[in-house]
Amino acid sequence: MRFEARVEITHLPGIADPQGATVERSLPALGYDNVSQVRVGKSIRLVIDAPDATAARAQVDEMCHRLLANPVIEAYAIELGEPAAAT
Amino acid sequence: MSARVGIVVFPGTNCELDVAWAVGRFGGTPETLWHADAELRGVDAVVVPGGFAHGDYLRTGAIARFSPVMDAVARFAAAGGPVVGICNGFQVLTEAGLLPGALQKNAGLSFLCETVECRVETTRSALTALADPGRVLRLPINHFEGNYVCDDATRRRLRDDDRVVLRYVRNPNGSLDDIAGICNEQRNVVGLMPHPERAAEPLLGSSDGAVLLRSLLASATEGAAVA
Repeated sequence: MRFEARVEITHLPGIADPQGATVERSLPALGYDNVSQVRVGKSIRLVIDAPDATAARAQVDEMCHRLLANPVIEAYAIELGEPAAAT
Repeated sequence: MSARVGIVVFPGTNCELDVAWAVGRFGGTPETLWHADAELRGVDAVVVPGGFAHGDYLRTGAIARFSPVMDAVARFAAAGGPVVGICNGFQVLTEAGLLPGALQKNAGLSFLCETVECRVETTRSALTALADPGRVLRLPINHFEGNYVCDDATRRRLRDDDRVVLRYVRNPNGSLDDIAGICNEQRNVVGLMPHPERAAEPLLGSSDGAVLLRSLLASATEGAAVA
């Protein structure tokens, strides 16, 4: 079965996020002075062939741990769904 | 006998010739090691130089750690061989787990290209054995991601075990505890953001990096970590 995985990678709580901080400081210049806690992360999408959803999720988790995220500074969340268009 | 220093080259590395020149200037024999090679050809020390290994895609150093040469570097380090990662090389060594923590984007998101002052915090490392403790060195930095971070437990260990090798006198990038360079527990693996090879000759504006390169060559000749 093919699954589409979406991985959202964010900074671990307590790890400074220089991009988020810079974006947060720049928003008031445009008049948006009511915004706080800006965090910038990244999003990775991929399609995976696996026997079932559990296996797919387990493999994406392992890939996150080993490569896609750096567990020293980053947290990740995995969302699994059917691919929009199977090829 | 002249120490043979292996210089690891990934696609996107761009400081290997500077390091080779500096190694040669202080009596070492530089040897280029291609990232796809799985062995180190018997070198006495390894330098992972600066640049943009594998384009720095995903995260700096993230892809480089899976290059075949890195297994050989890890074995060499475990056996006590001196390994130094400079700038992008420091990032590669943290991603490879040879040094703790990580390097993230500079505070203020500026790419920094300037000469900074760094204090030698310990001489118990493969890179600082011949330096004077407390001596301030003028060294160039050239990075976007030199902002060292780690968890509290690691931070305490680095401090308590005297493993911060260099600290910035004036913190340019937001780095935790002003850290410019650290070493591993065995003190034979060192990572630093400044470029000693670009401060190895008065014509370059500073020759303060010379003592670091000489220390590396000395630990290479000893064939064991300086503890």
